[in-house]
Amino acid sequence: MADAAVLHAPITRKVPGRFWIVPPAALLALLFFYPLVLIVQQAFTDDSGMANVAEFVRVLHARFFLNALINTITISVAATAGCLIVGLVLGLILAFVPFPGSGVIARLIDTFIALPTFLVTLAFTFLYGSAGMLNAGLMEIFSLQAPPVNFLYSTWGVVLAEVTVYSPFVLRPLLAAFSLVDRGQIEAASVLGARPFRIVRQVILPAAVPALIAGGSLCLLLTVNEFGIVLFIGAKGVITLPLLIYSKAIQESAYQVACIIAVINIALSLGLFGLYRFAAGRLGA
Amino acid sequence: MSVPAFTGSNVMDVDAAKIRGAGSNVHFDKVSVAYGAHVVLHPLTLDIAPGEILAMIGPSGSGKTTALRAVAGFVRPASGRIRIGATDVTDLPPYERGLGMVVQNYALFPHMRVEDNVAFGLRAQGADKALIGERVKDSLATVGMSGFAKRYPRELSGGQQQRVAIARALAVRPRVLLLDEPLSALDAQIRRNMVEEIAKLHRDLPGLTILYVTHDQTEALTLADKIAIMRDGRVSSHGPTAELYRRPPNRFTAEFLGRANLLPVTVAEGAAGPKGLAKARLGDAVLAGAARGEKPGDKTLLCIRPQHLSLTGDEEHTNRIVGTLKEVHWQGELTHLVLDVDGTPVRVSATRLPVSLPERGSAMPLFFAPGDTSLVPEDVRG
Repeated sequence: MADAAVLHAPITRKVPGRFWIVPPAALLALLFFYPLVLIVQQAFTDDSGMANVAEFVRVLHARFFLNALINTITISVAATAGCLIVGLVLGLILAFVPFPGSGVIARLIDTFIALPTFLVTLAFTFLYGSAGMLNAGLMEIFSLQAPPVNFLYSTWGVVLAEVTVYSPFVLRPLLAAFSLVDRGQIEAASVLGARPFRIVRQVILPAAVPALIAGGSLCLLLTVNEFGIVLFIGAKGVITLPLLIYSKAIQESAYQVACIIAVINIALSLGLFGLYRFAAGRLGA
Repeated sequence: MSVPAFTGSNVMDVDAAKIRGAGSNVHFDKVSVAYGAHVVLHPLTLDIAPGEILAMIGPSGSGKTTALRAVAGFVRPASGRIRIGATDVTDLPPYERGLGMVVQNYALFPHMRVEDNVAFGLRAQGADKALIGERVKDSLATVGMSGFAKRYPRELSGGQQQRVAIARALAVRPRVLLLDEPLSALDAQIRRNMVEEIAKLHRDLPGLTILYVTHDQTEALTLADKIAIMRDGRVSSHGPTAELYRRPPNRFTAEFLGRANLLPVTVAEGAAGPKGLAKARLGDAVLAGAARGEKPGDKTLLCIRPQHLSLTGDEEHTNRIVGTLKEVHWQGELTHLVLDVDGTPVRVSATRLPVSLPERGSAMPLFFAPGDTSLVPEDVRG
């Protein structure tokens, strides 16, 4: 009887009101999706408001766009590779080489994440710029007329600045992954006759692959969209997609072209973000 | 400095027969370990003979794992030398010491199949493919895991993973096998089975020298030829397992290695007779026990194991004490009684009980054979 009573008891628990989704969805639409839709709409509409797909195709084949795309990919891939190498080396040292103050160093490197990206570029200008400390010193020592070190104003200057800024984004997940590596495995490998390089290659790195993929994807995403560093260095001929969008929209008032490039930039970013989420999911982040 | 016997090229020269006949001894020569000013292992001098299983047991922080890690090369001694065979390994890195090690949490490489885990050490030492294949097969067969070569560690139970860890350590034909609490992560039933399997393994490989660190006295008693009992970074006692159990040299050993009843007694007569029995007083009772040079008037402890106490006397069980029954705990195959004898709790493990057991609080006689007792000096350090 009791069971029957339970079976026929009215359901009193209230289902949360579905309308609660409306305010955040509306806010998101207003602040994010609506501007995005406007950009996409502008990309396929000319100045007179008419639909114009031909311009999209023309921009895709234009030399200035292709150069910017190649620069963007080159810089972001090189910077990401640099971040992976620097992050990995630093991570291995901080996690596995015992030395006093390693925790302080790790936290110090972490603070780079909090700093604006152009700050490193500004510091690089003071150090390696035409009138920077390095060039001034070399010119004085060797009585040179022109600054001998000019890499800062090239693609590699941008790459170096991005590696410096974004390496902590690889280091952080790597340190988290390294902290989970069973020290017993390392010791067992060592007793079995494995030297340090083999242990890193065959025991530690396989455990860190998801962290490397997650950190690398994030770096790739951030470097593809990097604007401040490229603008601040002002390297001649180094135009990336974000810089091209800025140039077309602000300097040339070519809004449709700017929006077309922006749409492609967004597609690239979303693809990379998908890769990052996939990798982060595997890492358990 | 390197150890030629364990370089990659020499791995291929060592065949399975060699390990059966030729283990290495381990010699601690006044080895101490300190972290800053804190000494965790006081100068330790100890020998493990070739083919011997030495169990180091002791409570947490007693220095047993530190001693093992010093042999492995993970802890650098503050003083003293460690020799394995004829080689002074004190300054060698772990990968040049020619050891095998099995730890509590197995430490298998999770991304490698079982066969790759077992082959890891051989590959690291540069063995050729044919030898690796042969050794992997042999090692897995030794631990009964031949059918699991293609599995990943996550697909195995705890006991199976530990067997693979042992196979991995054996595959490199180590001079010494270090076992650091190898069964602690397993449940009781599997642990009992694994103890038997390790004992069988050593019967199959009698030349293998094993340093076995554990806090479990049952594992030590079952497996070890000799036991070193550690306390506060020092060896409290060291000797053949049965001897240490039967005639513990001090209170700590008696209490740590199996349960012991320790009755405070006063020696009445020194050792006499072919069995070297002394007589000691406990209240009004005069008890005979195996002596170790005590003189009349000495205050000492009479050690008697719970399973050696009988509820009925006979020709053999001539010692008699009377206690007050306090507790009765039935545990299936054994019943544990706790009695109060002159203020000292005395435990009895009985397989059979009389039909009518006295009620709690009643006086009850206990009997034991003089040969099952020993006089044990009180620890100087208390």
